[in-house]
Amino acid sequence: MTSRTPTEQEIYGRRGRLITDHDANKISRIEELAYELKVHDVMTADMHTASPDMLMSEVLDILRINRISGVPVLQDGQMVGILSLEDIVRAMQKNELSAPVSQYMTRSLITVAGYDTIIKALQAFTDSRLGRLPVIDENNKLVGVITKGDITRGFLTALQRDYKEEEVRRYRASHLFEDIISDRTTLVLRYNIKAHDFIRGGNASSHIKRALLRLGADPQVARRCGIAVYEAEMNLIIHTKHGGILKLEMEPHRITMSTTDDGPGIPDISQVLQAGYSTASEQVREMGFGAGMGLINIKRCVDKMDIESTVGKGTKLTMRINLPIENSNTHKDK
Amino acid sequence: MSLQQIIEHLELTVLTEPRDFASVHPAGGYTSDLLSCVMAGAKGNYLWITLQAHLNIVAVAALLEVAAIIITENAQPDPATIAKANEQGIILLSTPKTTYEIDGKLWEMGIRTQ
Repeated sequence: MTSRTPTEQEIYGRRGRLITDHDANKISRIEELAYELKVHDVMTADMHTASPDMLMSEVLDILRINRISGVPVLQDGQMVGILSLEDIVRAMQKNELSAPVSQYMTRSLITVAGYDTIIKALQAFTDSRLGRLPVIDENNKLVGVITKGDITRGFLTALQRDYKEEEVRRYRASHLFEDIISDRTTLVLRYNIKAHDFIRGGNASSHIKRALLRLGADPQVARRCGIAVYEAEMNLIIHTKHGGILKLEMEPHRITMSTTDDGPGIPDISQVLQAGYSTASEQVREMGFGAGMGLINIKRCVDKMDIESTVGKGTKLTMRINLPIENSNTHKDK
Repeated sequence: MSLQQIIEHLELTVLTEPRDFASVHPAGGYTSDLLSCVMAGAKGNYLWITLQAHLNIVAVAALLEVAAIIITENAQPDPATIAKANEQGIILLSTPKTTYEIDGKLWEMGIRTQ
């Protein structure tokens, strides 16, 4: 199948004709996928090949070792045929496993193009009655092999992806914010952090990161929040007298995180903002804390960081990440 | 280069539950025993090479989604650390070799920074 103008049906798929609501209900997701997915989405690109002057017995070994049922036959990079288990069986019947591949290979070259839809490949399978078809690119170069098994796997993967997207969409924060009408809707997560509780150190941060992902936050944003909040959480554990409160407030346009504690407070804030400055004890340093990088890491991960502190009273650290306005729209172009 | 090949080539001991290591392909590596430096320097799907073996390395690794932690010089994590790593899906590997040797070998194998 060399290059030619695609038909309207192929270009527009099912969207090309008028579909009533009643019809639309009857189209299964698999049917849709057969038009959406392309051959190169599901084909096997990393394939084994044979040459025409190889012996049938050699190809039998390739098939057996790799547990496949056929290979394309290449000569000087050009595809000249295809050899399947059936061809090998024919050779075996005549006791000719030492014959060259060229004698038994199938020369009728039915191919599909990488940009063809799956529905096209399925038709080619039906028409040709072959179990495996070579895939070529625009320049007629062999780029892969497709089997019916590849198509089934492709469907399953796509359905799984659909399912995941649906699950994320269902919990997406933007929905929460769209469904509940108020002048200002925020979601607040609050964690009580105990001083010197290294055993549970980082638990709140990992819960926050997971919550953000479930709410449909961009993974990069969730990662930045996770790192910032981890450093803040560990500061409460390492440095405070009685621990403190870690709070995350989510709004459609921004995420605000804060920690508050009741002491001891920081005498000189400019000092703690210097890389490498740390007051951590020797014991804590042995565990790998006290690099004097905590607040610097936080600053790097958030859009705005504020720190207020009074010695003897406590410290309040506020961190803010702005979200792009468009973040709330569902993009579905995959 | 898959984690399976790395484990075999460096003769690492797997401390956590076995997984499909052949399907894990580390994107690079980072070495430090200071957790905040790791937070800043290690990227997702990196190998983290460290002497630290206490519970808090698991939280850091989980937040960063590192491919695996290689604990050097036979530093032994306690059972609670290994249990938490299993729970969070973090792979813990161990070796008697020094961090320096492991880094050198990984670099030779083509595991470099991106």
